[in-house]
Amino acid sequence: MSQLINKEAPYPVVPEQSDPDAETERKTASSKPCSPGVDDNPLLIVEDVGKSFNGTPACRDISFMLWPGEVLAIVGESGSGKTTLLRCLSAGIRADNGRTSYCSPTFGEMDVFTSPEHVLRQLHRTEWGLVHQNPRDGLRLGVSAGANIGERLMSLGQRNYGAIRDEALTWMRKVEINGDRIDDLPLHFSGGMQQRLQIARNLVTKPRLMFMDEPTGGLDVSVQARLLDLLRSLCSELHLAVILVTHDLGVARLLADRLLVMQCGRVVESGLTDQVLDDPHHPYTQLLVASILEA
Amino acid sequence: MSGTDKTTRHSGDGYNFAYLDEQTKRMVRRAILKAVAIPGYQVPFAGREMPMPFGWGTGGIQLTAALLGRDDVLKVIDQGADDTTNAVSIRKFFQRTAGVRTTERTAEATIIQTRHRIPETPLREDQILVYQVPLPEPLRWLEPRETESRKMHAQEEYGVMHVKLYEDIARHGRIVTSFDYPVRVAGRYVMSPSPIPKFDNPKMDDCPALQIFGAGRERRVYAIPPYTEVRSLDFEDHPFAIQRWVESCGLCGSRNSYLDEIILDDRGKRMFVCSDSDYCRSRRETEDSGPTAVVPENGRETREVKA
Repeated sequence: MSQLINKEAPYPVVPEQSDPDAETERKTASSKPCSPGVDDNPLLIVEDVGKSFNGTPACRDISFMLWPGEVLAIVGESGSGKTTLLRCLSAGIRADNGRTSYCSPTFGEMDVFTSPEHVLRQLHRTEWGLVHQNPRDGLRLGVSAGANIGERLMSLGQRNYGAIRDEALTWMRKVEINGDRIDDLPLHFSGGMQQRLQIARNLVTKPRLMFMDEPTGGLDVSVQARLLDLLRSLCSELHLAVILVTHDLGVARLLADRLLVMQCGRVVESGLTDQVLDDPHHPYTQLLVASILEA
Repeated sequence: MSGTDKTTRHSGDGYNFAYLDEQTKRMVRRAILKAVAIPGYQVPFAGREMPMPFGWGTGGIQLTAALLGRDDVLKVIDQGADDTTNAVSIRKFFQRTAGVRTTERTAEATIIQTRHRIPETPLREDQILVYQVPLPEPLRWLEPRETESRKMHAQEEYGVMHVKLYEDIARHGRIVTSFDYPVRVAGRYVMSPSPIPKFDNPKMDDCPALQIFGAGRERRVYAIPPYTEVRSLDFEDHPFAIQRWVESCGLCGSRNSYLDEIILDDRGKRMFVCSDSDYCRSRRETEDSGPTAVVPENGRETREVKA
C-alpha cells in the first residue's frame, strides 16, 4: 500500500490540475438539478475533513460541496475510507479535523461537527435520512412495516392513526411493496423488500439529504436494478440530495451526477460521473474503470 | 437526635426504626426529593439489599422505610387487597421493625404501599402512595440500550411509545395494552405507571396525594407530585379508554370499581368482585349494605360460561 502511495507521489499534480476544472464542471453540473426554484447555495460544504483511528488515518483532507437535488457517489476500494467519511458527515462519529456546514431551512447555516446533539438527532429525524448497508441496522424488526414507516411521523407529533396508516400505505406503494404486507414484520421480508422498506422509512418525512451506505450491497442483480431504478425516480421526484457510498461503479454511473474517487483515505479524482468514468485521469481511477468495464 | 432514640426504642429487635439505618434513609429521601422536583424523571438511588427477593417490592419497601415516622399509619395492598401474601408480609415487616400502626382502611392511612392498584377511595393531600415497580423504563420495550433510552428521555424523543400503541391497533384493532399503560407527566417525561390496570390511570391525574414509585432491582425512584397533570398516551382517532364491565360487584354491587373475576365451582360459575377489598367492605358496611349488596340484581353477580 505504502509503495503504491509512494509511486503515486508525483501524480497528485495531475488531479490537482484537473481539480480547478472539476470545480467549474461541478458548477455546471449543479445548476441543472438546482434550477427548479431552489437557490444556488450549496446544501453541504465539506472542508478538510479528516479522521484517524489510533493514529491510522482513515480519511484526510476531504473537501467538496453538495448542491440540493444532487447525487454524489463516493467510490473506491474496500478500506479507502468511504464509510468513515460518510459516518463523519452524518455525525455518526466525530471527525478529528475540518468542518462541514449544512444549510438547513429550520436551523439556517450550521456546523455539523459542533452542533449540539439534540439538533443533530432532530435533523436525522426530519431533514436527513440514513440508509444502512444492512437493512436490519436501520429497521425495527420487531414491529410491523407500517409502524416502521410511521415512526418518524409519530416522533414528529403525528397523533392520528388513520393518517399515519394512509401515509405508510402511500410509501409502501411508492417503493413497490404490496400494501397487504403493511402489518407484517420486516423480519419476514426478503432482503430487497427490507432495503426498500428502509428507504421508505427514511423518505416519509421528505428529507433533503440522504446518506446511503452501499444501498444495493448484498442484493442480486435483478433486485439491484429495480432498486436503482426506484432510487433514481425518487431522487428526481423529491429533489433529493444524496451522498452515496458504493464500490460498484455501475451503481455510481446509473445514479450519480458526480463522483469522488477515494484511495487510501484521500480523494484522488472528482468530477462529473460520465467524465470521470469515460476519461479517467488518475491512474487509480483508470485501474478501477478498466477492471469494472470488463464485467 | 431523634434517630438515636428510635434506635434505642427498637434495640430489642436489633434493628433500627423501620429496618434501614438513618444514613440510608437520608440517601433515599434525597432521591425522593429530587424525584418530586422533576416529575416523572427516574432518579437513580443506591438501593439496598432487603430481606426479600427482587420483584417482591424491594423498591417500594425502601421508600416506605425512608418515609415512615412513628405517627404514621401504614396500609399495604397487593392487587387491591389487604389480605394477599405480599401485603400481609410487608405489613408484618413494618409492624415488627417500626412498630407503627397499620390499617386496612384507605381513609385512615397516611402512607399506602401498593402493588398493581390505586385504591378506589379518593386520596387526600396528607397521604402518600408508594408503588412497587418491577420495570421502571417505559422505553425498554423498543429500546433495549439504557444509554440510548436515557438520551431519548433527555431529548423528549417519545415517538417510539406511539409505535407501540400503533402496533396494538394494527394487530388487534384497538389499543390492547391494559396495564402499565404509559403516561406523560406534567407534559414532559413519559413514565411507566407500574403494572396498575389502565383503569387506574385517570386517578393519577391531578391527584391530591403524593405518588412515589420505587424500583428495587433497577434502583430507580420517580414521583408524581400532588396536583400534577398525568396524561395517558393515545391517538386522536383511538383515544384512551378504561376497562368497563357489564357485571357489577357480586358483594357490594358497585358498578364503578375495578372487578376481579372469581371462579366459584368447576361448572363455569363465576362471580365478579371489587379488587379493592377495603372499598368493597366499607360499601357493604354503610349505605346499601346487607342483603341487597350480598344479593345484587339478577344475572349480574354470576355468569354461565358457554363451553
